[in-house]
Amino acid sequence: MEANKIIPDPSQVREELIQKYPAKVAKKRAKSIIVNDPETIPEVQANVRTVPGIITQRGCSYAGCKGVVLGPTRDIVNIVHGPIGCSFYAWLTRRNQTKPETLMDANYIPYCFSTDMQEENIVFGGEKKLKIAIQEAYDLFHPKSIAIFSTCPVGLIGDDVHAAAREMKEKFGDCNVFGFSCEGYRGVSQSAGHHIANNGVFKHMVGRNNEVKEGQFKLNLLGEYNIGGDAFEIERIFERVGITLVASFSGNSTVGAIENAHTADLNVILCHRSINYMGDMMETKYGIPWMKVNFVGAESTAKSLRKIGEYFGDEGLKARIEAVIAEEMPKVKAAVAEILPRTKGKTAMLFVGGSRAHHYQDLFSELGMTTVAAGYEFAHRDDYEGRNVLPSIKVDADSKNIEELKIVADPELYNPRKTEAELAELKEKGLEINGYEGMMKQMTKKSLVVDDLSHYESEKLIEIYKPDIFCAGIKEKYVVQKMGIPLKQLHSYDYGGPYTGFEGAVNFYKDIDRMVNNPVWKLIKAPWEKNGKSAGLAASYVTQ
Amino acid sequence: MLLRHTSKEVKVREGLTINPAKTCQPIGAMYAALGIHGCLPHSHGSQGCCSYHRSTLTRHYKEPVMAATSSFTEGASVFGGQANLLAAIDTIFAVYDPDIIAVHSTCLSETIGDDLQQITKKASDDGKIPEGKYVIYASTPSFVGSHVTGYANMVAGMANQFAESTGEKKSQYNMIAGWMEPSDMREIKRLAKVMGINIVLFPDTSDVLDAPQTGKHVFYPKGGTTVAELKSSGDSLASLALGSISAEPAAIALEKKCKVPFETLDIPIGLSATDRFIMAISKVAGVAVPDEITAERGRLVDVMADMEQYLHGKRVALFGDPDQLLPLTEFLLDLSMKPVHIVSGTPGQRFEKQMRALLEERSPETNFKSGLHADMFLLHQWMKNEPVDLLIGNTYGKYMARDEDIPFIRFGFPILDRIGHSYFPNIGYSGSLRMLEKILNVLMDRQDRDALEEKFELVM
Repeated sequence: MEANKIIPDPSQVREELIQKYPAKVAKKRAKSIIVNDPETIPEVQANVRTVPGIITQRGCSYAGCKGVVLGPTRDIVNIVHGPIGCSFYAWLTRRNQTKPETLMDANYIPYCFSTDMQEENIVFGGEKKLKIAIQEAYDLFHPKSIAIFSTCPVGLIGDDVHAAAREMKEKFGDCNVFGFSCEGYRGVSQSAGHHIANNGVFKHMVGRNNEVKEGQFKLNLLGEYNIGGDAFEIERIFERVGITLVASFSGNSTVGAIENAHTADLNVILCHRSINYMGDMMETKYGIPWMKVNFVGAESTAKSLRKIGEYFGDEGLKARIEAVIAEEMPKVKAAVAEILPRTKGKTAMLFVGGSRAHHYQDLFSELGMTTVAAGYEFAHRDDYEGRNVLPSIKVDADSKNIEELKIVADPELYNPRKTEAELAELKEKGLEINGYEGMMKQMTKKSLVVDDLSHYESEKLIEIYKPDIFCAGIKEKYVVQKMGIPLKQLHSYDYGGPYTGFEGAVNFYKDIDRMVNNPVWKLIKAPWEKNGKSAGLAASYVTQ
Repeated sequence: MLLRHTSKEVKVREGLTINPAKTCQPIGAMYAALGIHGCLPHSHGSQGCCSYHRSTLTRHYKEPVMAATSSFTEGASVFGGQANLLAAIDTIFAVYDPDIIAVHSTCLSETIGDDLQQITKKASDDGKIPEGKYVIYASTPSFVGSHVTGYANMVAGMANQFAESTGEKKSQYNMIAGWMEPSDMREIKRLAKVMGINIVLFPDTSDVLDAPQTGKHVFYPKGGTTVAELKSSGDSLASLALGSISAEPAAIALEKKCKVPFETLDIPIGLSATDRFIMAISKVAGVAVPDEITAERGRLVDVMADMEQYLHGKRVALFGDPDQLLPLTEFLLDLSMKPVHIVSGTPGQRFEKQMRALLEERSPETNFKSGLHADMFLLHQWMKNEPVDLLIGNTYGKYMARDEDIPFIRFGFPILDRIGHSYFPNIGYSGSLRMLEKILNVLMDRQDRDALEEKFELVM
């Protein structure tokens, strides 16, 4: 086992990271590279434009809207209005698994739909072709819903996808058609697309079916996209403790479930960044409180279940939760006991997403590993510093372009699930309702926080810290591994998972153990390259 | 069933493309640019384009794919992307220090009318391009053609913007690579060496996208065609363009700019296309074909003869890109197999004509469609109506293969779930032998799997 590493002085590291940049770029980047202090929580510049030319991890608004939020719902036909590429690249590449109840149930996830805009559509407009495409999709599949996603040129040439959607919806009568203006240039990252998706799903889907289904403890799971089957594991645990999942936003979800989501009594939020808008809007319109939870990490899962138990305040539920935790934990503990001696003292870096860089720190600490640096790809300040900074976040031109829905309480359906007094009581008990503390509070003092990490900075960080594992995405995967450091993809899980819940935690421990202790990392140098020798080897046998 | 909504009944579609057998231009331009030594591809558009292209290429190669973006926001989309590109050029030379930045456009920058020639000229006039460094460009609107078109446009851009004629011819030939794998490009170089001719191969992604593990990330790997080589292409005796869609435009550019005569060939996939390739080298360079090559050919024909019973009449569906499909179809016919359905999303009249001519002569009943709405959904419907024994295409084919329970060979772009394509060539006689081995393996594995116990064979 390796000895604990010496952690370099983070303020010096910060200087080194920005040294090579042109002055203006350096000045900008310096505000996004912060030495953490969990007591005072310094300000991190986040959700601002990436400097052109910088090799960034970030994608676009369309990716956040179609790829992340809408993609996982299996029975919507998602038509991408634009040239072919946008739909092609988002085709099955995000691993949001789904399990239709029967072989007859709709599942369009393996399909890719596009209007494949051609030059004449750009010049003369593409609305006509879009409407034909919607009609053809309807005739071929008769889906419950058709969603339209605008790509960059659509906004520029002025195609009105919303008008086309309305017209076709009226024409069909039995198919909900709606559009998203999620052109790739909106906002500064995927984050804008999340917001646009939340708005659309809230406007066009939530609240369409008021039927109150059976179940004593009903909640929605927000910001869980079932990558690698994460939602399946959470569903398994919910079922064991007797929690009814009304809708998931949006892993393993259906149109019907989302349309019925407002009948739940609690929203639990996993990925705060991508879905917090939905939590807020459902709170205002229907009176459903939301609570930040984390099912990544066994301890975090137990803690989150207890929070849910406390929220519903039912002794039977609480007892079942304790019983399930007691039953599930031994195999988790056994796995940790076996693996921890091989992982303890090692270091990790996490640069990914809008919540994963926070959540996965729990799993690493369960393995005795320290997160020396972390950051998000597309988060906002509240994901770093906590939601109490929300009032002080400056709304810049790029954010202003994203519609902020004006939500009011529904005259009929608004029903506060908890009274002010009950909420205050829950707060007393340490339950943060409608709140999130952010990542930095949980990170150690002097760890490094970097928002929108660039390729250049990542290479520097690896050079300086030599972490035992680096977590990011596919674009970074082989760059980092070429440096002899294993990279764990935390978007796609390297095609493994699930990593949530109790079973997921064990999967993760095993995968990390396998990666950091793999013999291959010691085989990189050829025998003749070791000891600095690369010249011809001297003959050691003696000729007679 | 994963593709449970795919019905047997084929209806003509005019608006909707389902499961495309193509993607967009910029990714091809990015791939081509990686075949220049010391080059950083740059995507002039929204961040998503660059991110998607890098991700797809990375998944295909399991290698670092470095590229930068102009990071358009709404402002840039309204006021034009010039400021973004100029800023990007500054940042890139300061931080990533490439020899060359190869800029390609996107549907966004094309729709707003950004002129890359004008902007790169301005960068040069403003002194933003350091001495001895280059910024080249290709216009690659995503709403025209396909990924293959983008590749062709960037390769033509290389010829146009680098080739020089000094007035003195060099004893060398240009080999313009159509869209092929690094392994294939390595094989082209080997074959040229065996044939005894000097070539300038461009682009050349070998030693770029198949880089060794050394414990160091080399930002600009050792491979790629050098600027000196690209410049010298104008002094070459002749060009051989491998692929009429993906390579010929560069050959035409060289002829126009530097009067280098050219011949267009198919990518040497399969026996007949490789024969033409070898003969073309022999003819153009006036060299005899060495015995080594004849022996390689002989080994391929030997296996074709020895194993013909497992191949004859086997029905094949294939999808992919024109420059690969044409010689592959011919190879299947040489193997006595039956191409039943052929689909390519890439449009092209020349391809249509060539493929139709080939099929008319040797397989008139084959279903063939290219261009708009020639997609995998249609192919799958055709397969439901007229079943096949084998499917050949990129990774997305695995969904159809699983649903229909038919053997499947991954070939083309992208291959996201297997390795091999970057290391072992599919071209030349030995590459074709590998392809043949793959075909035989999946067909014979299937025969073994499905054989009744009393019919299970030890020797085949």
